[in-house]
Amino acid sequence: MKLSNKQATLLVLALLIAITPFFFPSSYYYRVGSLIFVNGIAVTGMVILIGYAGQISLGHAGFAGIGAYTCALAPVHLGLHPGLALVLGAVISAAMAWLIGRPILRLKGYYLGVATLGFGILVSMVLANERDITRGPDGIEVPDLGLRGLLKDMGLNLNNSEFWYGFTGLALLLGAWLALNLFNSPTGRALRALHGSEIAARTVGVDVARLKLQAFVISAVYASVSGSLLALQNKFITPDVAGYMHSIEMVTMAVLGGAGSVLGAIFGAGILTMLPQVLTVFAEYEQLMLGLVMMLVMIFMREGLLPSVLRLIRGRGE
Amino acid sequence: MSLLQVEGLGIEFGGVRAVHDVSFAMKPGEIVSVIGPNGAGKTTLFNMISGVYLPGSGRVKLDGEDVTGMSPHLLARRGLSRTFQNLQIFQQMTVLENAIAGYHLQESGHLLADLLNLPSSRRRAQVAREGAQKLLERVGLGRAGEQEAGNLSYGALKRLEIARALALKPRVLLLDEPAAGCNAVETEEIDHLIAEVAAEGVAILLVEHDMKMVMRISNHIVVLDHGEKIAEGDPATVSRNPDVIAAYLGTQEAADADG
Amino acid sequence: MPELMQFLLSGVTVGAVYALVALGFTIIYNASDVVNFAQGEFVMLGGMITVFAFKAGLPLPLAALIAVAVTAAIGVALNKLAIEPARGAPVVSLIIITIGASIFIRGVTQLVFDKQLHRFPAFSGDDPIRVLGATILPQSLWVIAGALAVFVGLWLFFTRTLMGKAILATSNNRLAAQLVGINTAWVMTLSFAMSAGIGALAGVLVTPITLVSYDVGIALALKGFAAAMLGGMGNPKGALVGGILLGLLEALTAGYISSQYKDAAAFIVILAVLFAMPQGLFGKKSTDRV
Repeated sequence: MKLSNKQATLLVLALLIAITPFFFPSSYYYRVGSLIFVNGIAVTGMVILIGYAGQISLGHAGFAGIGAYTCALAPVHLGLHPGLALVLGAVISAAMAWLIGRPILRLKGYYLGVATLGFGILVSMVLANERDITRGPDGIEVPDLGLRGLLKDMGLNLNNSEFWYGFTGLALLLGAWLALNLFNSPTGRALRALHGSEIAARTVGVDVARLKLQAFVISAVYASVSGSLLALQNKFITPDVAGYMHSIEMVTMAVLGGAGSVLGAIFGAGILTMLPQVLTVFAEYEQLMLGLVMMLVMIFMREGLLPSVLRLIRGRGE
Repeated sequence: MSLLQVEGLGIEFGGVRAVHDVSFAMKPGEIVSVIGPNGAGKTTLFNMISGVYLPGSGRVKLDGEDVTGMSPHLLARRGLSRTFQNLQIFQQMTVLENAIAGYHLQESGHLLADLLNLPSSRRRAQVAREGAQKLLERVGLGRAGEQEAGNLSYGALKRLEIARALALKPRVLLLDEPAAGCNAVETEEIDHLIAEVAAEGVAILLVEHDMKMVMRISNHIVVLDHGEKIAEGDPATVSRNPDVIAAYLGTQEAADADG
Repeated sequence: MPELMQFLLSGVTVGAVYALVALGFTIIYNASDVVNFAQGEFVMLGGMITVFAFKAGLPLPLAALIAVAVTAAIGVALNKLAIEPARGAPVVSLIIITIGASIFIRGVTQLVFDKQLHRFPAFSGDDPIRVLGATILPQSLWVIAGALAVFVGLWLFFTRTLMGKAILATSNNRLAAQLVGINTAWVMTLSFAMSAGIGALAGVLVTPITLVSYDVGIALALKGFAAAMLGGMGNPKGALVGGILLGLLEALTAGYISSQYKDAAAFIVILAVLFAMPQGLFGKKSTDRV
């Protein structure tokens, strides 16, 4: 039986998530793994926005910030369970994306870039400056999700990093499944159509403004959930989660790996998340290396790392 | 009553009159051709009728409803579809997906159903897929479905655009140079296809440089020169019109001088 | 009243720097359709190189000259090594390439120099001058005069010299420019050199007031970019007006509303401008051709 692209992608992801722990030299790697998964979720949202719909955002970390701080604040101020706070964060992010997306998405290219960038910076500024609520640039504690204790009562005893590895891994699988469903659905096709030619998409009846907005809102929810999971996992969060650099990281991970495919983008998230871990010995060289990788991949592998590598392998095979 | 009615349509770009005071009307099943020398404003006229450009003056009426300057996706809902002179293909999608895209209005449903891959979403997609496959066969691309659209020849892409436009089940179809870049055999196929579609009651507005084809299949011809209508009528009348001959001879001499 | 005057003076000073950064964006954008996110690093390099050349014992004017020349060379290298090989790449890729370049330049700078804050003495001392009840630093006058000189010089260059006209022609239509015999590769090189040099000059002028360290480039790039957008991308006059407006806006917000949100005001206004007139104050409208 021939696997569809969707089944193959999900299978590869699931196997990677399940098997790699057997090769972890220490429990520290569970943490690196779950960081990759959390970034992978945000980046899967970027695939829908950039790869499917062809729109750009340099401000999606703003939504990650909303998700993260909702998990920090809603349990304290509203008495909400942290898990529900994650949902609330996603709802707020979606509403926010819907509100600002309507005017912003009329813009194209660099203009859209600077408008979204402005939004992201505004969010991070509010988080850093409203000390009475957010406690400012030094960050704030985030309550425990409580799910690990629940699992323990049910007889599944995991240590903290194992739990978060598994939990974020499952969340990533879910996110990837949704994104892959979308790709081949009528909506996904319309998104890719407007990416290919906006004018032709309009003449076949695609309501371009509405479709772009949908992609923007969906990707904002992914970013928000990613931010929430990061906050819950670390039990602490700073305004950097909404910062300019984090927005750039999201876009870079997606495009570096290959924004056209979910697997490629998650691959990009893996590479960029591991880069600092690999370079800890050469901490001073981290920025230099990051910048170099960004430039080299974009110049020499325009489709992104994974598609280019796959093409190379196939080329050899023939 | 006429299905598409164009009244005094005009537009300026930076003070230059690209199209001025053009009127004509067409009935269901009629093939109307717009001809004229290069730069006469044919494509600009198309872009105004199909909602790509906002007309500076005049009216476009579709089945009696004023649709002047209406966005293309709303015109698509009202049964107006078109192809493009300089191909607008979804390059990264397969040939079949390009044709399916034409079914957007029929296949699109609730976003959540698509995200969750619910049976309703799959069913809609399946109907569209089957219809698109039939259309591809009709334009002679039945076997090219799984290819990436960017790999097709120019003539094949022209036919793919027609298939995509037909997928909307239009009442009015605007074809901008459908036979450009096609060889004699392909041109004849397109010729037949257009006649067939018209016979089903679709009003077809055509821009085409192949005069033999225009004279053969048109019921009615509108002649533009420098953005203005200089003549209209059935093929025989138009080809005898001295203004038309002058406009064309002028360009013919220029073309000979170039050649 | 003296309060307002004070805000206006500091706004114009900061605005002059933004205008120079925006001008740098504009020159490169016109020559190559690329928005160079590494533009702020040129300003940083101008300041840093001057600091270290001055500390090494060179006289300040010579140190500044070296800084501008070296930065211009780095600008040319950026074009040759990263922008030209990526010609025709999608906007997203170009954004990542130039952001990558900015991170790279920052990384190299912190290795070659250090992570400390630095300054060198102001050109004409630090005694404030009194103007209408407000005060202004002599160095601020240097910044404003420097920016004006650059704009006047460029205006003369573009309108009076053959090379300047060649650059304008290239920005209007690359292919047509090539057909009439303009060496467009050379135009690109020159544009990057000028843009980087102007950025470095801004760094030299402003460092005695704001100090410099390896990471000041990001904020400057964002503000300069915003100023360029405000004025209308690709228009030098827009860069000047956009820069000054942005500087004034920030100073007034900081003075009358909240100093923490002065950056926010800038971005809110830019969002508003983009919504109301997406082409900026002086931008051209474009029509898609299908």
